[in-house]
Amino acid sequence: MTEKNAPDDVLLAYASGGLDEAMSLVVATHLTLSPQSRARVADFEALGGALIEEIAPAALDADSLDSVLARLDEEDSAQQAPEPPCDGHLLPAALRGYVGPDIEALRWKRLIRGVQEAEFAIGGSARARLMRIESGIAVPRHTHRGKEATLVLEGAYRDETGYYDRGALQWADATLDHQPAATGGETCLCLVVTEAPIRLTGKLGRLLNPLIKYQ
Amino acid sequence: MIRQSGNSVSQSMEQAIAVDSSSCDAARRPGGAEWARALAARAQIDFDRRMAVSDLGKDRPVAEDLAVLLARVADHRDRMAFALLFEHFAPRLKAYLMRLGAGATSAEELTQEAMIMVWRKAGSFDVSQAGVSTWVFRIARNKRIDALRREKRPEFDPEDPALVPEAPEDAATAVARGQAEAQLRAALKTLPEEQAEVVRLAYFEDLAHGAVAEKTGLPLGTVKSRLRLAMARLKAAMQEIADD
Repeated sequence: MTEKNAPDDVLLAYASGGLDEAMSLVVATHLTLSPQSRARVADFEALGGALIEEIAPAALDADSLDSVLARLDEEDSAQQAPEPPCDGHLLPAALRGYVGPDIEALRWKRLIRGVQEAEFAIGGSARARLMRIESGIAVPRHTHRGKEATLVLEGAYRDETGYYDRGALQWADATLDHQPAATGGETCLCLVVTEAPIRLTGKLGRLLNPLIKYQ
Repeated sequence: MIRQSGNSVSQSMEQAIAVDSSSCDAARRPGGAEWARALAARAQIDFDRRMAVSDLGKDRPVAEDLAVLLARVADHRDRMAFALLFEHFAPRLKAYLMRLGAGATSAEELTQEAMIMVWRKAGSFDVSQAGVSTWVFRIARNKRIDALRREKRPEFDPEDPALVPEAPEDAATAVARGQAEAQLRAALKTLPEEQAEVVRLAYFEDLAHGAVAEKTGLPLGTVKSRLRLAMARLKAAMQEIADD
């Protein structure tokens, strides 16, 4: 039986602010569904709090407190309430912020019969997408070039390493060669984040990024 | 004047009083320290109470005091209580942000932004979920990611209808979480230096573990195993302290 929660070093990186946006999205979505990982992150954040107490304080600007006090009555920049979801899926709010109120409105692409994916925009070099696999269908056997995080949102899948259902997170890298198959009668909906096989930055690179075939 | 942190509480109080409009007249009268004491009493802060962890500076508010101050900010929009929180946290947040590579100017700006968030979000603080220092740490961490890395910071929302709640027995142990900070601080001191170093690097250097390895010249496996050892030791030390 493999671990279905995020590994400690990932949760620590999330708690300390060292994880990139896409992996943070996976962890935040996973935390909504996993009380155990939430408790772990709370511990790591408490360590951050303890370290803040221990740190040698820095001198503030002379008018620091005054300028903050003068700004306390400023209005909070109005945050637009997100549109309520309308697709019938109970997805964590962190993920909703990226995929919108209706996941059917995303651009779904058929990979093979019974397997669809929809990529959505996220900051940084990693790539994020939703994937759905009809029950009984297996995705082609594959391995990974970089880290891949797969979080089950609905349904379940099984591979050589075990059984994954709602909230379970599989953390894969180049050492894992697997063939996940949806199981249990329900279509399996997953969030998949992959570290891009190559990293392009700059204007041109960002334009090219979507053209790079996902491996 | 550069305000140095580590002020005695009464100095902080006087500064706080000087800017708290509702108590301005009172503060101008002689014997500011007495007024500080009176205002502290108004804020129900017991400055004579000390942390169980006795080697903390004598001039610091204890963790419970911070929670009282934050509650006053939340419930009464109390500027003096906020000023005290500012005196305590702002110099630490600035140091934290500078450790993470921010220049003094942007660290100052971000610190101020973070403290304004403390004011705005005080009502969402839940002592059963975290200690005040942890809560403030989170705000500063997120501010930094927003501002310096220009990335969004996805966070889980405790009010999310999709949230899978804790089992009742776990929820019971979570009540202690607010008190865990002081225990952690004591436990931190028991770490061997090599372990303490990787912990600090993990929180203060914005480095993935791979980069921590590079920086320290240690193999990645060693960094990870030291972190693991540190975490296990912290957990054990906290347990001992809790059992005492």
